[in-house]
Amino acid sequence: MGEEILLDVRGLTHLFPLTKKTAVRAVDGVSFQLRRGEIFGLVGESGSGKSTVARCVMNIYRPSGGQVFYKGIDTCDPRAFRINRRMLQSTRQIIFQDSSSSLNQRMKVCDIIAEPMRIQHVVPPRGSLRAEAAFQMRYVGLDASYLDKYPPELSGGQRQRVAIARALAMEPELLVADEPIASLDVSIQAQIVNLFKHLQREHGFTFLFIAHDLAMVEFLCDRVGVMYRGRLVELAPTAELYTNPQHPYTRALLSAIPIPDPRRERERRLVPFREEDFPLEGELTEVGPRHFVLHERRRDA
Amino acid sequence: MAEVLKVENLSVSFYTPGGEVQAVRNVSFSLERGEVLAIVGESGCGKSVLCRSIMGLLPRTARVKSGSITAGDLEITGCRERELCRLRGKLFSMVFQDPMTALDPTMTIGEQIAEAVRVHRRELTGTALRQRVAELMALVGIDRPEERMGLYPHSFSGGMRQRSVLAIALAGDPAILFADEPTTALDVTIQAQILDLLRDIQQKLGTATVFVTHDLGVVARAADRVAVMYAGKIVETGAVEEIFYDPRHPYTWGLLRSLPALSRGREELYTIPGMPPTLLNPPRGDAFACRNPYALAIDYEEEPPMFRITDTHFAATWLLDERAPRIDPPVGGGDCG
Repeated sequence: MGEEILLDVRGLTHLFPLTKKTAVRAVDGVSFQLRRGEIFGLVGESGSGKSTVARCVMNIYRPSGGQVFYKGIDTCDPRAFRINRRMLQSTRQIIFQDSSSSLNQRMKVCDIIAEPMRIQHVVPPRGSLRAEAAFQMRYVGLDASYLDKYPPELSGGQRQRVAIARALAMEPELLVADEPIASLDVSIQAQIVNLFKHLQREHGFTFLFIAHDLAMVEFLCDRVGVMYRGRLVELAPTAELYTNPQHPYTRALLSAIPIPDPRRERERRLVPFREEDFPLEGELTEVGPRHFVLHERRRDA
Repeated sequence: MAEVLKVENLSVSFYTPGGEVQAVRNVSFSLERGEVLAIVGESGCGKSVLCRSIMGLLPRTARVKSGSITAGDLEITGCRERELCRLRGKLFSMVFQDPMTALDPTMTIGEQIAEAVRVHRRELTGTALRQRVAELMALVGIDRPEERMGLYPHSFSGGMRQRSVLAIALAGDPAILFADEPTTALDVTIQAQILDLLRDIQQKLGTATVFVTHDLGVVARAADRVAVMYAGKIVETGAVEEIFYDPRHPYTWGLLRSLPALSRGREELYTIPGMPPTLLNPPRGDAFACRNPYALAIDYEEEPPMFRITDTHFAATWLLDERAPRIDPPVGGGDCG
């Protein structure tokens, strides 16, 4: 892990308007940094704004407030984006949750994988785009015989591998994965997570991994951020977060991980989290080495 | 305990242009009153088809090839659609995976539950009906039911929607409840709540529950008995403690080991090598043999019978034959997490 900061999210805020006067604060003042080569996990329940963060980072949404710096470039600034468009589009890639709807059903697998290269006019180092697609497929553990298949002919795990191969075809420096394993079987989830770990070691890309399954996040990520209601409530290195959770919401989330042991599982009590007890206004404060928790802003301060 | 459901040698096939797909092959199990049975397996192993064939909800291309399904003293396999219609909701009902597609977005939650109540009890109208709906909503843990009756599904969260679906399923006081991956679409925190709710209801009403899932992790919390399915067959069945502390089938070992809690501190998660076989032409012998690191020569030749381990615990693997070599199971004993 280098010291260079690849992605710097500062005070990111995103509103979805409901009516002319009201809006949902999907993301509210989220700040975090990703160092080059780091695997950063973002967890939280559905509706906590993690996907919105991913989409703001990838310029799919234009944030209502705050800034996103990628390699020092403010990607939310239209002028800066225009100037660096090619670099921004080819070095950042995203994998979506539901590969059955994110892959074009009418394109063959080899065209899907090669499409980003075609769009960016990359000269394929292995001769043809088809050869390139075949190479990427072997790389993610798919047989080359699937090249001429259509996405609906593949199983969920295979489709997700195609989505990964497509993202990796551009050799990205930043990979954002928005719940890439949530719709898969447990045994396939393990395969995909192993694949991510392996690929990250080989390529060294920086990885923003979004999930609600804390057990998988613990296994994969170097650092974890916990989101609740659009706020980042806790941010810590993985081992620290799992052994020493500080924010009550993190504790509630951790207590919800199922234990594969009937006797202990039956005795397991869920730690309740009552929102009204813990105001979400406040600032991230460092409580340990690189461990930040959202604390209530003191009135006297 | 009284048996509410008995399935014997059930085989279900889909007839597709590519040939016959044997989705369920020779499955037998029974369900007792007030019991929670979990059916565990990877997608495509036939667990949903098994539930749907009992409910009589199979698509037209599928047919029950052989076997019998008896509920109480009623034989279901021979029933006509009209008779089945009368049974659904009353004898058995189902909770589907995705609550958003199971609910009608243009009807209020209250109306949808009332609709299900009226099907079974025509005489209920007006206040009595409202009362019954409120009662059902309270049963599944929806606070302030009177206020929330008038809300539409889109204003409910995923967990609340799944609770509403459960209320609809319980409207006819069914003896058997099928829950097909009821927690897969939900968050971890909500998942545990719904599992507790299922268990709660089963204890309150004595409803026997068949709980279909791919995640062995959630089984520990909810189930009394577990049946592990692979390639259309039940390969191991036993009480939940037996499956977790003393698993015997290599496939069950694989499923247990691939849980992330058991790989804590390791470089790689364990995965079962290979892919499940297609059921178009199931392989000869044990369908799991080619993915099984402990496979014996006989596994490729002949299908293993169900070996009895205890009165409740059975497994179909040649490793339990007395001529097989002794193998120490890589998991079990409850030393996990």
